[in-house]
Amino acid sequence: MVNVVCYEQQSEVKKRLCGVSQTSFCIVEFEEAGNLLEPNRDATTISIEDEDIKPEKKRKAAGFPPDDEDGDPLATDDKTELLSGQQKSVPFWTFEYYQRFFDIETHHVKERIIGSVMPWPGKNFIQVYLRRNPDLYGPFWICTTLVFAIAISGNLSNFLTHLGDPTYKYTPEFRKVSIAATAIFGYAWLVPLALWSFLLWRSNKIMNLVSYSFMEIVCVYGYSLSIYIPAVVLWIGTFEWLQWCSIVVALFLSGSVLMLTFWPAVRDDHPKIIIATMSAIVVFNILLAVGCKAYFFSNSERKVLVKSAATVLTKAPSST
Amino acid sequence: MAAAEEASRPFAGLSDVSISEDIPVEGDISVPVGSSRRDDEFSTLDEPVKETILRDLRAVGNKFIHVLYPKRSSALLRDWDLWGPLLLCVTLALLLQGGAADSDDQGGPQFAEVFVIVWFGSIIITLNSKLLGGTISFFQSLCVLGYCIMPLTVAMAVCRIVLISGSGNVSFAVRLVVVTVSFGWSTFASTAFLADSQPPNRKALVVYPVFLFYFVIGWMILTFSPSQ
Repeated sequence: MVNVVCYEQQSEVKKRLCGVSQTSFCIVEFEEAGNLLEPNRDATTISIEDEDIKPEKKRKAAGFPPDDEDGDPLATDDKTELLSGQQKSVPFWTFEYYQRFFDIETHHVKERIIGSVMPWPGKNFIQVYLRRNPDLYGPFWICTTLVFAIAISGNLSNFLTHLGDPTYKYTPEFRKVSIAATAIFGYAWLVPLALWSFLLWRSNKIMNLVSYSFMEIVCVYGYSLSIYIPAVVLWIGTFEWLQWCSIVVALFLSGSVLMLTFWPAVRDDHPKIIIATMSAIVVFNILLAVGCKAYFFSNSERKVLVKSAATVLTKAPSST
Repeated sequence: MAAAEEASRPFAGLSDVSISEDIPVEGDISVPVGSSRRDDEFSTLDEPVKETILRDLRAVGNKFIHVLYPKRSSALLRDWDLWGPLLLCVTLALLLQGGAADSDDQGGPQFAEVFVIVWFGSIIITLNSKLLGGTISFFQSLCVLGYCIMPLTVAMAVCRIVLISGSGNVSFAVRLVVVTVSFGWSTFASTAFLADSQPPNRKALVVYPVFLFYFVIGWMILTFSPSQ
């Protein structure tokens, strides 16, 4: 957006900014226009919407401080919130409302996925990668991919375990896709909802500098699930210990990213609340991973049980 | 009053602008009346029914040929229709029946499930590409995604024929090759039609869901096991 400021008389400020001695009007940047009005109250201003300015530039012009070294960058939340709120607010039932959450490019998605699997102490995922631009593309498609990956890998692993077993009839088991979808989409949407409402409730009690919006929390959770896609593929046809190893590694990576992200939001709180929140985040993560493993990949014990039951049954008549 | 005068002074220079007289301005303000010949072309009430059906079938067949030899063309996009996708979806769902799944609960997809996966999946991919700022319209995108299922439907028919002869390892290997080739063909064909409508830095974001969609359909085809 550009501000066109018209002066009746030539003023010192105008000369300094426009660099010409006699102008009818000059175009100045957004921040400077605010300063211009102060000495010259009689100036009339016309605002023209410039369609060509990309949202990126708009955010930069809004004074976004990504590398603010002095002081807590999160302390400037208020200012950036006010300035970035310049975009017009559309009602949530229009298409344009959701288009706001798809304003990313391929390299952004790649960076965010890589950032979600590499926890770096001091680097907060929301601050560093989201930068006030949470997207819905990543969480949605990562969850969908994970749903199909789990269903397909479970099916394949089932098939490979029973390879050579003449009594086994292969079925594609498409019902499991809907169960996997319910579990994963529930985790990716309901847990962030609970966490967000809990943080909102706590922020009313303690003055918190850090507050995350619902979309940002959904975004973090969605991207943190991305480590499970290679983990799930790794579970096909490997040894039990390797499967548990990969679960532990995946849990550690995604859990630590989540903990590092939410630490600034709860660190000012009562110690009991901090421990409760952090452990709840970790526990839900563990529940999801272990639950998926147990439900979709629990074939080796069953096979052993079936075989031992069969041997017991055949031995019993012969002993009498 | 004085302020208004002074405010108009910045724009004073604009009043001097005038069109020079040696540039002739002439034209013709008249609305072209449509010739009656056009009415005859668009009136299809009098033609025989066979001609009406054949015209649609020819359009569908023409698009099938475009999918078979995918090159960057706008034929699919210009005159979109949803007959072809419907035909292909019904054929695919029918071919996926008659498997081991019919007798027991567990197992392969039911007819309605195939329908839901194909149409719901296409709608979600279309919404995704529109949200990412694509210039393609909703039904054009549905049309392209539906027509590009054709290689997979052909693969399904081939798989069923292969399964008649036997369901051992050799037939599995053949089916795997056929399904993989047709999956690659479908993805390549649909990206050839859809790629131009996206901004260049988001192409991969739009192509990936299409890849996932055809992968899931290919998986359904590959895991089809006949009843014994």
